[in-house]
Amino acid sequence: MDETADLDGIIAAHAGRRGALLPILHDVQQRFGCISPAAEARIARALNLSRAEVHGVVSFYHDFTAEPDPQPCIELCRAEACQALGVEAMVPAAQAAAGDRVRIKTVYCLGLCSAGPSARIGDALHARLDEAALVKLVQSA
Amino acid sequence: MRQVRISDDSLALACGADAVAAGFVAAGWTVERVSSWGMHWLEPLVEVDGIGWGPVTPARVAEVIAGKADDLCIGPVADHPFLAGQQRLTFARAGKTRPLSLEDYAATGGWMALTRARAMAPADVAEAVIASGLRGRGGAGFPAGIKWRTVADAPGAEKFIVCNADEGDSGTFADRMLMEGDPFQLLEGMAIAAHAVGAAQGYIYVRSEYPRAIAKLAAAIVLAAPLLAPFTVELRVGAGAYVCGEETSLLNSIEGKRGEVRAKPPLPALHGLFGCPTVVNNVLTLAAVPHVLMPQGASLYASLGIDRSRGTMPIQLAGNVRFGGLYETSFGIPLGTLVNGIGGGTASGRPVKAVQVGGPLGAYIHPDRFDLPFDYEAFAAADALIGHGGVVVFDDRADMAQLARFAMQFCAAESCGKCTPCRIGSTRGVELIDRIRAGADTPAGSVEALPQMHNARKTGRGRADDVDLLEDMCETMQYGSLCALGGFTPYPVRSALHHWPEDFGLAGSRGENSDGL
Repeated sequence: MDETADLDGIIAAHAGRRGALLPILHDVQQRFGCISPAAEARIARALNLSRAEVHGVVSFYHDFTAEPDPQPCIELCRAEACQALGVEAMVPAAQAAAGDRVRIKTVYCLGLCSAGPSARIGDALHARLDEAALVKLVQSA
Repeated sequence: MRQVRISDDSLALACGADAVAAGFVAAGWTVERVSSWGMHWLEPLVEVDGIGWGPVTPARVAEVIAGKADDLCIGPVADHPFLAGQQRLTFARAGKTRPLSLEDYAATGGWMALTRARAMAPADVAEAVIASGLRGRGGAGFPAGIKWRTVADAPGAEKFIVCNADEGDSGTFADRMLMEGDPFQLLEGMAIAAHAVGAAQGYIYVRSEYPRAIAKLAAAIVLAAPLLAPFTVELRVGAGAYVCGEETSLLNSIEGKRGEVRAKPPLPALHGLFGCPTVVNNVLTLAAVPHVLMPQGASLYASLGIDRSRGTMPIQLAGNVRFGGLYETSFGIPLGTLVNGIGGGTASGRPVKAVQVGGPLGAYIHPDRFDLPFDYEAFAAADALIGHGGVVVFDDRADMAQLARFAMQFCAAESCGKCTPCRIGSTRGVELIDRIRAGADTPAGSVEALPQMHNARKTGRGRADDVDLLEDMCETMQYGSLCALGGFTPYPVRSALHHWPEDFGLAGSRGENSDGL
């Protein structure tokens, strides 16, 4: 099966690397959009770890998910610096624009704190958002 | 053909620098992508023959080309008052060089410190760092040279240099700017540290929220490899966990484990990555090292600053501030000068209500303490912390009780769960603040009525009791937590409670039960 071959390829690419688990999980998340229970089991076997150990790591980090998320996603910074510029008051309008179509994910800091509020879609960054700009961004996600 | 310089820093891109660059290309100009000067309110800033315009929109590119757009023109960029007032060491190349150009780096003094350090005995390198007074710029402020000497003297066949680039604090972006704008300087600092302690391998652990910093570093590591050899550097990417900025969590994460903190001792300097002696330093600490290792560098560094805070600190002006950006200067500058003078007060034009210094775990400082000098000890004496140098400004619309609640909620969301005060205290803290804000008394409880709770009080609690309980819990978190996440969350909570009790619906004059601030 293709998926298994891909998974084994990812594991093999990191063979011999010390502390290989996180780099492997990043690649698996990137390739499959999630880290499935089956993938957890296969990675555990390859690294001579228990399933519980791998699952413990996967579930600890916000970046890893157990199921793929087909929804387009916008990451909105809601940390203090963006709060100081009124991001919280914009959230209801953004939620309304997102509806069931777009997922608005909260992040704590994109490192654009001198020009907030800020958001990220994929690797594209957006700063100095006001409510109208944010709503437009959500609609374009 | 005319040439224009435009930054490719994340913040410039987020403000539309690519579209502006495309406008110049369409007009037949060549565009050179450089690092950012750090004058963020002017981004995208474009520079032609040293003259700057900003913030430029694609619609106004034609005007800039025609030499018009007078309202955007700031004159010679290097003479701008914001820059002229700074003492730039770590960010000396900011705005001036192409981030991934080995040529630019060498032409501006790059690699000289490494060559010099490698001609010295390793112990002398650590001594130079001790003499400079350089302290960790990541938050705790531990003397960097002492840490290096400890690692150098520690028994172990293998040693590591780990760069903590997990800059998760809101209001901070200096690490990101340095990694994107001057990555070779960081690598040079790491190689110097490696020589000082006898390490062959280094790791940079950078947060996944910084995709451009990751890409720049990855490219820089490949380009610089022959110059760093035999020292090698590997890039590791975090996976969205704030607590991994804590050094022992970070080490666990590199090892492929949950990012839980480790109890100290043993110190990472003795028992760190993979059980080996390890230097863990922040990006800014390592990036300051090349300056220290230049001829007379250590004494020059030691001559700047005040008291035990030596050298310069890249201060990040953020939040509701008019002139936001990166301001590097010697320690000792009063907080009020930073906020109202250099920062120009709030962006909204309203009065400043509070300033949070040192990230989400830093205290909220009232404007009546704006005389505080930017200095580790002075801040500590005022129950506050400098942390990583982030300064977040809030105007009079800020709800300090809401911000205190947010601090507890953030701690609850990001706690690694290893120690009880942080894991449980943070959630109970949110509940307590909610109850205090709601003005509700706590009824004689269902929990307290349980037979196993025979020591608990049987009567209900009033708001004053809840405030006492919150204070008590903050103390337990501060002194009982294993790391700074649980240990420092009380700073924003208590400072908000003490200085703005009215925001919690509490009567009483400000500072009634204040202990310091």
